[in-house]
Amino acid sequence: MTIDLQTFLKKMISASGLSGHEAPIRELIQQTWSPLVDEVKVGGLGSLHALRRGTAPEPRPSLVLAAHMDAIGMLVTGIQNEFLRFTKVGGLDPRILPGQIVTVHGRQDLPGMIVQPSKGLLPASERENTVSMAHLFIDTGLLPREVARKVRVGDLVSFAQPPIETAGETLVGHSLDNRASVAAVTHFLEELQNRPHAWDVWAVASSQEEETLGGAITSAFQLQPSLAIVIDVTFGSSPGSPGHKTFPLGKGPTLGWGPNIHPYLFKAFKELAERLEIPFNVEVMPHRSGTDAMGIQVAREGIPCMVIGIPLRYMHTPVEMVKLKDITRAGRLIAEFVAGLPVDFMEKMSWDE
Amino acid sequence: MSMDKPMNPYRPIRIGAAQIRLLERLCNACAVSGDEGEVRKIVLDEIRPVVDEVKVDALGNVLAVRRSSGQIPRLGVMLDAHMDEVGFMITHDESDGIFRFDTVGGIDIRQLAGKPVWIGRDHIPGVIGAKPFHLTEVKEMESPISLETLRIDVGPGSTKVKTGDRAAFATSFLRVGPSLRAKALDDRLGVAILIELLKNPPPSVDLLAAFSVQEEIGARGARVAAFAFDPDLAVAVDSTPANDLPSWDDSENVAYNTHLGAGPALYVADAGTLSDPRLIRHFMQTAEALEIPYQLRQPGSGGTDAGAIHRQRAGIPSLSISVPGRYPHTAASITRVEDWQNTLSLLYAGLDRLTPAVLAEER
Repeated sequence: MTIDLQTFLKKMISASGLSGHEAPIRELIQQTWSPLVDEVKVGGLGSLHALRRGTAPEPRPSLVLAAHMDAIGMLVTGIQNEFLRFTKVGGLDPRILPGQIVTVHGRQDLPGMIVQPSKGLLPASERENTVSMAHLFIDTGLLPREVARKVRVGDLVSFAQPPIETAGETLVGHSLDNRASVAAVTHFLEELQNRPHAWDVWAVASSQEEETLGGAITSAFQLQPSLAIVIDVTFGSSPGSPGHKTFPLGKGPTLGWGPNIHPYLFKAFKELAERLEIPFNVEVMPHRSGTDAMGIQVAREGIPCMVIGIPLRYMHTPVEMVKLKDITRAGRLIAEFVAGLPVDFMEKMSWDE
Repeated sequence: MSMDKPMNPYRPIRIGAAQIRLLERLCNACAVSGDEGEVRKIVLDEIRPVVDEVKVDALGNVLAVRRSSGQIPRLGVMLDAHMDEVGFMITHDESDGIFRFDTVGGIDIRQLAGKPVWIGRDHIPGVIGAKPFHLTEVKEMESPISLETLRIDVGPGSTKVKTGDRAAFATSFLRVGPSLRAKALDDRLGVAILIELLKNPPPSVDLLAAFSVQEEIGARGARVAAFAFDPDLAVAVDSTPANDLPSWDDSENVAYNTHLGAGPALYVADAGTLSDPRLIRHFMQTAEALEIPYQLRQPGSGGTDAGAIHRQRAGIPSLSISVPGRYPHTAASITRVEDWQNTLSLLYAGLDRLTPAVLAEER
């Protein structure tokens, strides 16, 4: 069976799964991963743990390959007439919100739109400037009595921008951060179908990354891997973004370098990518990687981590853009690493001193 | 159903599934001011079978006449609805699928970041991106993202997009409960109403229908259409803002302009027109006689094609009647089917009751 990655990714970014409420996206990933793995479980905070057993005799070492599956979004904080007030889940610039279409997960899913009141209804300081999230509303088009019946404070709100295929084999949509990486893990699992590997591999679709890293922290504790590879999106070169902090689309994944990353793992990945002629860029992360690696690295007695990035434009907007080739290259690179991982890798691992 | 609504409301033409499907086609079409071809084609296809005369004039207006067989003398009434919508024009190709653009018509730049667009006749998809949240200083978020820094991105591949192409917000039409959500309801609602009136004309007047161009950038189409028609009177049918949201501090909203669900909005005055009092009176009396809900748009800024029409030639008695709509000139507006229906009903009845006597007394 081969999975059409673009179709699967479009399905994933059409499924809801806000941080802490990942069930819909998790079920979709579980369906797709199940035929590719030996065992699937759900962790204590909602992460999906999918095991492919290695070929080495027991006890075998294991690694975690983690991609967070949760999405940013909003929560209803108040209802005024037929209008909803809201707050954010994950990081959101209020300037991208007016005019966005959303789904309000009330007693049933309701289409809605984030709206900016007209000037006369705003405080003087916001008439010409950014309208703060506290002064924006969601309008469902329904009448007050129907809204009162169907929506409650605390209800989740997802972005509803449908996927768009753009030029150069790119895909646009919301939640490509980080469903693009889940697609890369899926490609990785496919690549491993005919490749024996000595190690046990836990493919993890982690929960709650955008808020607390809660999924990754607890999955790392529970699965107790010898090492971990974290895959997440990184800043794609795009108008308005500083060039030195961004990476071009279509020029391969990034290999993270910095204190979240074990230098021996970095070196192993770099040499492997060079040998396979898979294009890559080095992404320096001087203090924090902003990924699940921050949680996994310090789980238990400490876990060596590697961070792989997929360049993505317009991060944390509903029009994020990725190039499919970067996703498959990332998946293939990790598959090659895992397939070539000797059973005594941990003993060889050293500090360059 | 609330108790105060008449049991059998006056509905000479019903808004049903067919009318909503036509409005959907009209709204999903792109017709940024100066490039109205896609809507013009739909209009021509719809009205050709029912009108006596139709032509496309020098600016691209569709001018159609449907004569009545009613009593003579009868009035020639110009009905105007603009086909164009606000949008964008590609102004510079920065290569690799990235384009500079400018706005066409009155758009609040705070509505742009993070929106999909359709470019050109083929609706090539693109997006207006924004810098990631993570790379933005908190202080920076207090100021709107300037047009100067925004770009349209169609993806790093080859497309037919080029400098000079128009782009429009890419929000698909949706019916939700009592409402419709779509881009360009301003003024495809008016276009749809004119089409229905041409198909089912009120018998006592001659209809001179102008589906006009370039309203959003200065009512250019309506101006020449009014000259060409030289009508006895004119009604501009448009969509007007309903700013009926709560105030930020919960103080009374006294700047609502209109309310959704309160019926067609009659204009007394806006920035460009002092409506003809005889026509205001006539349509108010018609609404009251037939128990059609209506409201008076708050006098103030803004304007419609009536501003260009009423000063044409030696002066043309004019009035604007609009369907209220929330969030005009953004990615999507929200309007109520009921308001659209009542606007159509009021126009039909008001036109049908128009006789030369209405204009006999001096303004």
